[in-house]
Amino acid sequence: MKFSVTVTLKKDVLDPQGKVVSQTLKNMGVENLNQVRQGKFFEIDLDENDTSKGHDKVKEMCEKLLANQIIEDFKINKAE
Amino acid sequence: MRSSVIVFPGSNCDRDIAVVLEKLQFKNSMVWHKETTLPKSDLIILPGGFSYGDYLRSGAIAAKSNILNEVIKAGKNGCLIIGICNGFQILIECGLLQGALLRNSGLKFVSKDIFVRVQTNKNKFFNKYKNGEVLKLNIAHNEGNFFTNQKHLIELEEKELIPIKYCNEKGSIISESNPNGSLNNIAGILNKNKNILGMMPHPERMADKINSDQKGLPLFLSLMN
Amino acid sequence: MTIKNEQIEKHGLKLEEYKKIKELLGRDSNLLELGIFSAMWNEHCSYKSSKIHLKKLPTKNNIVIQGPGENAGVIDIGDDDAIVFKIESHNHPSFIEPYQGAATGVGGILRDVFTMGARPIALMNSIHFGSPENKKTQNLLNGVVSGIGGYGNSVGIPTVGGETKFNRTYNENILVNAMAVGHVNKNKIFYSKAKGINKPVVYVGSKTGRDGIHGATMASAEFDENSEEKKPTVQVGDPFTEKLLLEACLELMKKNSIISIQDMGAAGLTSSSIEMASKGNVGIELNLNKVPCRENNMTPYEMMLSESQERMLIILDDNKENEAKKIFDKWDLDFVVIGKTTDSKRLILNFDDKKVADIPITALADEAPQYNRKWTTSKNKKKELKLKSLKKIKIEEALLRILSSPDHSNKSWITNQFDQSVMCDTIQKSGGDAAVIRIHKKEKAISVSVDSSANYCNADAKIGGKQIICENWRNLISVGSKPLAITNCLNFGSPEKPEVMGEFVECIEGMKEACEFLNFPVVSGNVSFYNETNSKSIFPTPVIGGIGIFENLKKIINMKSKKVGNLIIIIGKTLGHMEQTTFMRDIYSINEGCPPEVNLVNEKNNGLAVSKLINDNLVSSCHDVSSGGIIVALAEMSMASMLGLKIVKPKKFKDLNEYFYAEDQGRYLLEIERNNLKKIEDILKKNNIFFEIIAEVQNDIFEVDKTFSIKTKELFDYSNKWFKNFNAVN
Repeated sequence: MKFSVTVTLKKDVLDPQGKVVSQTLKNMGVENLNQVRQGKFFEIDLDENDTSKGHDKVKEMCEKLLANQIIEDFKINKAE
Repeated sequence: MRSSVIVFPGSNCDRDIAVVLEKLQFKNSMVWHKETTLPKSDLIILPGGFSYGDYLRSGAIAAKSNILNEVIKAGKNGCLIIGICNGFQILIECGLLQGALLRNSGLKFVSKDIFVRVQTNKNKFFNKYKNGEVLKLNIAHNEGNFFTNQKHLIELEEKELIPIKYCNEKGSIISESNPNGSLNNIAGILNKNKNILGMMPHPERMADKINSDQKGLPLFLSLMN
Repeated sequence: MTIKNEQIEKHGLKLEEYKKIKELLGRDSNLLELGIFSAMWNEHCSYKSSKIHLKKLPTKNNIVIQGPGENAGVIDIGDDDAIVFKIESHNHPSFIEPYQGAATGVGGILRDVFTMGARPIALMNSIHFGSPENKKTQNLLNGVVSGIGGYGNSVGIPTVGGETKFNRTYNENILVNAMAVGHVNKNKIFYSKAKGINKPVVYVGSKTGRDGIHGATMASAEFDENSEEKKPTVQVGDPFTEKLLLEACLELMKKNSIISIQDMGAAGLTSSSIEMASKGNVGIELNLNKVPCRENNMTPYEMMLSESQERMLIILDDNKENEAKKIFDKWDLDFVVIGKTTDSKRLILNFDDKKVADIPITALADEAPQYNRKWTTSKNKKKELKLKSLKKIKIEEALLRILSSPDHSNKSWITNQFDQSVMCDTIQKSGGDAAVIRIHKKEKAISVSVDSSANYCNADAKIGGKQIICENWRNLISVGSKPLAITNCLNFGSPEKPEVMGEFVECIEGMKEACEFLNFPVVSGNVSFYNETNSKSIFPTPVIGGIGIFENLKKIINMKSKKVGNLIIIIGKTLGHMEQTTFMRDIYSINEGCPPEVNLVNEKNNGLAVSKLINDNLVSSCHDVSSGGIIVALAEMSMASMLGLKIVKPKKFKDLNEYFYAEDQGRYLLEIERNNLKKIEDILKKNNIFFEIIAEVQNDIFEVDKTFSIKTKELFDYSNKWFKNFNAVN
């Protein structure tokens, strides 16, 4: 069973990288751009058949390691 | 000789390079990245540092700046270009050099004095060194782990496009003396025409006798030949 | 609205302090005003518990241009050159988020230095972690080290040295102290004092977000189990913006347009605006709608208390706005006039066309509470140590254990993560007694050393305070420089506890004695109280950052032994003081007894004699004897060059360990050429300096005559073991 995890900085936390990327895209002529936030993406393959159990395991991984919960949030999606 | 040092926001070795160039009586200009024209130059230097904070990928954003179009044009017309550290990363991101600089294999920023061996002096940059000469230089980077495809690697080796490799004090090129996991201990590469050099070590940091044995100096002297 | 007691306490204020606020305002405060008072009146900004004691320290002499009270201290090093420096703590934020906490600590101290017009030329640090066995230590060590490197490397200022120590006293409260040193033309120094009425107040740098709301209050509150909840207050550092801000500010400073400038550090816009107004005895009026905000719907409370990094407040002279704005535009930084100076002597804040705060400046600054807190003298933990009853250990066995211990092992695992060479003026990197930095394009240099000795201070705060000043002075002497002045960061527990306050008072007393005697003034610093968790205080840990000067680059020396056949002499008498030594602690786990007493007269005479010998070109290498005693110091000299040493046995000591591991103070090891011995003897005898020949430089082998012998390379391998093993799992 595969899951994907996106880790991003929390809403109110400064994202220096996103700020610079967004400014550069604007300088390159990209229009109507409001904001860019940069994050991390993980693909996790689990030997597990129960979706809910799998989800819980991935959640635990996120809380313990993948995300620094002091400044980051995470989103878990079940991959097809 | 006329030189231009390109200054990006976040460059931090621009002054260090300028000091050396001025000492050697280059006619040097500092060129801000927003400029759209280059002063007439025989040599262009992309200095080390953290252009744009190393954000996204090291060198990626600097490679999109105004002045880079001019640098690319000049490079294609045979102008001598050196990219040091972050400058090397920029040369790769803008396509003037091939390959990739990955994160150091130890996953940490590495700053220390290292040794490199001159593999070939048959180019504009290293002609003041002897083949096989061991140089003590300094490195300071997060992403200096050179990687490329097999075909390019063979070309680099066969056409003498790898002027320096990491080695130990005695000049042996062994994995223990590789500070960042770089393929074949590569510390710097040239383009096919040998007018563009990218290197991770900082020659400008080894140019003053108060704090070095000045092994970086001949690189700049070579260019005056 | 009325303020509830609960709100007052949440802001870290005492009820009686709020009573005083009401009196000063002549009414109840609103929530915004309460926030502003709490930020200004907390320990971090007001120094309310420490001020009366800090006043005792000497802060002036003929080279001090600016003592404590500004963003950083400034000293004169001749020919119009001045050095600006300061050390500051970022302990609490670093414990919560080690990478960002340490990184923003470096950012903050850099701004303190370039705010004054100086280009930063060196960074140093003193970091203390809990015991290596503590589960948190590894993560904290990794985070702090990469945070310090991540910020300093990116800005492009060399991190040239520091110290890293481990002790379980810091298990739940690590120390991260960062020091920055800058160089400025002494006629071009900028201060924070406002001048003139109706001058534009300009906000420059990053936008304001909800970072670190109440960080300054957090820094002054002890940790408890609920600290978790305070987590979102940690700020994220952006070294890239810092570099732009640094260049933009220095560029603007070349013009004659700045009246005053202040970095927005702890308590951000609040403390910066109030400090400028208070020093200039003017009022300040701000339109908060103009503040550049990163998030939507930010409230005045959030704007005033945000600790977003990389921001400055500038008061400009008339008609200079366009010129200044151009510079900040070039560097892609915000530049907004957010207010003006007034003659009201009040802080007035407007938002959405309404006045949202109105406070007399003096109420926030001069009227801040000052306490003469109760203190008790720390008990002198005198206890005779019965060395004879302890199981004997061979010298070499103890030496290898000490060299491979976390505190004494080689720190290159740490320092290789710091760019030490950028700017090309680093003459001596970390690993020596002091770092040496050349003044750019000049034939002179400065030395910098950062030191602490918490174990001594814990055993006797007064002796410890005196000792650490002397050790710092000694380190600066050992590289050949003339010590000039210091900055200090005083890390202590809660000042509300009489025994902690006692340690503080006595430690200052000790520092004062030494500083006065050595003419070594304190020109800047920082007090970090409330370093405790669940009511357990850390050991008192004063950290000293000292600066010395070389007027001639040829006089710089290091501790690398140079030539086979040279002699090593020791200056200063060895009496055999074993209590509180590394040896007792590392080998026998004994922490009792007094630290070694410091004899200031000997200290000064020995130091000046060493200086003279170095100046007369009679010394090939030099190293001070400190923690670990003679044998560790000799091993360090040997490892620095990979040459061996043949060490003679002392005649007077039956127990060799008492000679080799004692930590008597005021001692130096000097490598000299044999043919200079006579000259040196004459000078030392004439000055009544005790010395003896202790070793001879030889190839490869480190040995004590007829006792043991080991390859220097082997010592080196031992010394490199610990950090590698500790971090091997990473």
